[in-house]
Amino acid sequence: MEEQKPKLKLAVYWAAACGGCCVSVLDVHEALFTVISAADLVFWPIALDFKYADVEAMPDGHIDVTLFNGAIRNSENEHMAKLLRKKTKVLVAYGSCSHMGGIPGLANFSTKEDILRRVFEETESSINPEKTRPQTEYTVPEGKLEIPEFFNDVRALDKVVSVDYYLPGCPPQTERLVEVFMAIVTGAQLPPPGSVVGAGNKSQCDECNRKKTENKVISKFFRPWEIFDDGETCFMEQGVICMGPATRSGCGHRCILGNAPCRGCYGPLEKVEDPGAKMMSAISSIIEAKESEEIEKVIADIADPAGTFYRFSLPASMMRRKLI
Amino acid sequence: MEFKPQIIAFLCNWCSYTGADLAGTSRMKYKSNVRAIRLMCSGRVEPTFVLRAFIKGADGVLICGCHPGDCHYNEGNYKCLRRYHLLKKYILQLGIESERLKLEWISASEGKQFAELVNSFTETITELGPCKIKETMEALK
Repeated sequence: MEEQKPKLKLAVYWAAACGGCCVSVLDVHEALFTVISAADLVFWPIALDFKYADVEAMPDGHIDVTLFNGAIRNSENEHMAKLLRKKTKVLVAYGSCSHMGGIPGLANFSTKEDILRRVFEETESSINPEKTRPQTEYTVPEGKLEIPEFFNDVRALDKVVSVDYYLPGCPPQTERLVEVFMAIVTGAQLPPPGSVVGAGNKSQCDECNRKKTENKVISKFFRPWEIFDDGETCFMEQGVICMGPATRSGCGHRCILGNAPCRGCYGPLEKVEDPGAKMMSAISSIIEAKESEEIEKVIADIADPAGTFYRFSLPASMMRRKLI
Repeated sequence: MEFKPQIIAFLCNWCSYTGADLAGTSRMKYKSNVRAIRLMCSGRVEPTFVLRAFIKGADGVLICGCHPGDCHYNEGNYKCLRRYHLLKKYILQLGIESERLKLEWISASEGKQFAELVNSFTETITELGPCKIKETMEALK
């Protein structure tokens, strides 16, 4: 009998994530059979009952590929990031949260204290006259209880451990994952470590099919619900902020094909240091106003510029967070 | 120790840098806190430049360009003006006082105005004190 090629050992882990990335892995549908014929899933909390202790018991470098999704928000996330780095040959930051901080990264507009105060004291539904806050350690007769420590700052995965590849998206397009996976299985030439894989090298606008006019300027911004989208014209030309100019292609324009503007989950193009700054630059080029007062009036319609331009990328941007 | 603010000034080649030069050749005296960076046009000032200046320790950032209508490249200063307003909104959201970023039009003949601008801006920044971004970046290390 022909000797079988040793199977790859694959792990998927979620840190501060919504679970959508794990579901995007499940979305491979029947290609799952191809995956499991080439790889053993050795750790995947959302689907399989392996414990942290099982990972700790593995020899270093035991896992071939780990798809790590989610940002680093608390000490458990940090511990697992470091542990999986040690046990893994190729660590992939999978999805916007581990790539750039993602939606949990928007918490960097506030501090740990702001968040805990709001959640445990100020929410409309909380009654907490003693202002009880969660402790990381608590002793009960049965022994000591511990919960992870909540950090002040949300970080992308590469701020904590070294990352081999980035697979962007919220969640990553499943077809891109299968392509990357097949490349690993077949031993195809992979780009140098540190690269973004499973995404294009052009901007969304470059590949977008919507109609664009040369040198078009606008005099007012709208929220998406304020206009009747004709389904054909560039969103920016209709005055709706679309992150297309500052976002990497590769997602297949799922949002735009669904008549929603791009939100920027695939992150900035190569060598762009700050995605939001690029977006500010792009927006400045299409505003018609030339007087300070008029300009201020136009941009007043952008309700939350920082949150819009850095929706997925605040912890990976230059400023990283609100000053503390 | 007395606080000496560090200010980065982006000056356009055609008007503002020449204006600053005129202040120099006319032997005008002004505060020495400004480090001038010459660019071909104020429209070249990418938001990234301003953010990087703050991160690297600038307490204030000054952008100077040609007066409206006078841009050597027709539209560059208008583009700069729009970026400036967006950037001001952005840095305020992140907790940097918006006064730390200033845009002024300085023509090639306005050496005196340039010297006065540097003095008044330095004063504003001195009153504001050091930019807190240094502490934040230090805490994040």
